[in-house]
Amino acid sequence: MSPGSGLAATLDLWMAALADTAGSTALRESVYLYASLQGAHVLGIMLFVGTIFMVDLRLLGRAFPSTPASEMTRRVLPWTIAGFVLMAFTGLLLFYALPVRTYHSLWFRMKLLLIIAAAVNIWHFHRRVQRDRARWDTTLPPPRVVRFAAAVSMGIWIAVLVAGRMIAYHWTDCDRPQPAWIVWFAQCEEAPP
Amino acid sequence: MSAVCQLFQQAEQSALGQAIQHSAWMMPALQSLHLLCLALLGGAVLMLDLRLLGTGLVSQPVPVIEREARPWLHAAAPGLMLTGLLMLCSEATKLCGNPVFWAKMAGLSVAIVLAVCVRGPLARRDAPSGGLTHSVAVASIGLWAAIALAGLWISVS
Repeated sequence: MSPGSGLAATLDLWMAALADTAGSTALRESVYLYASLQGAHVLGIMLFVGTIFMVDLRLLGRAFPSTPASEMTRRVLPWTIAGFVLMAFTGLLLFYALPVRTYHSLWFRMKLLLIIAAAVNIWHFHRRVQRDRARWDTTLPPPRVVRFAAAVSMGIWIAVLVAGRMIAYHWTDCDRPQPAWIVWFAQCEEAPP
Repeated sequence: MSAVCQLFQQAEQSALGQAIQHSAWMMPALQSLHLLCLALLGGAVLMLDLRLLGTGLVSQPVPVIEREARPWLHAAAPGLMLTGLLMLCSEATKLCGNPVFWAKMAGLSVAIVLAVCVRGPLARRDAPSGGLTHSVAVASIGLWAAIALAGLWISVS
């Protein structure tokens, strides 16, 4: 995409405007508030990723074998959703504190793509895999297709977590020399210096 | 300099401490592994604490949930300690003078004592319930959350 073209340029203007707001400046400049937001984001990991791991390990047949799969998802899902709300809320505020850099971060963009992949996997699980759950609710180990979806879920969320941690590192920032594919993927030519 | 800080300094100056400090990828790798183990610990701790509070996986008795959560707790805890120790080595001298680091270690000691000496034995009993059980579960959740929060505060204090 060439500099100044349509949507990309508009988004860049928005990010710059977001960074100029009083709230963004306050978050960015308050060291303790920013660290507390990161802390709350990590608590979200414990709740969100932690409960997902427990459900996925059950679907792999490796955890809580006495509990039927249906009870596992029904009883644990509300806590996973609570964790997601906490993650999304603190994540949005962390983005709001550093919008321009984060928007052009290779790792942030990979993380968003991975979250979309995780959502597709969840949709697939509910639409296809879970349809005949009555047959394997207490079967150990669960059928291969169930275990596969659970392993994919665990793998994607592990990758999301690692990509999230990498956002804090500056190796792939646009203001340093980068290989062509990073310049393209992170739209570095659009990024303000 | 105290004896403890001298020991910390030696850890930092050791080949391992220097290797982590001068490597570009080891710190993010250790942090990522630490977070992964933290997620696993969070899930395993929460399954039992929720059950102690009378919610969560209620179709099974408490001792069954305790027994089935334990392997994942025992996988997460050494992983957290090992990655934590390696990260400690890379900036031990700085951390020795950091009050938040020591607060985290104190909280961690209390949490481990609570888990091993109170929560575990309590959960292995037949059908534990009532005020004490609920207090132990709330204290467990609160302590682990505070310890995780302290981890982020170490970096800015």
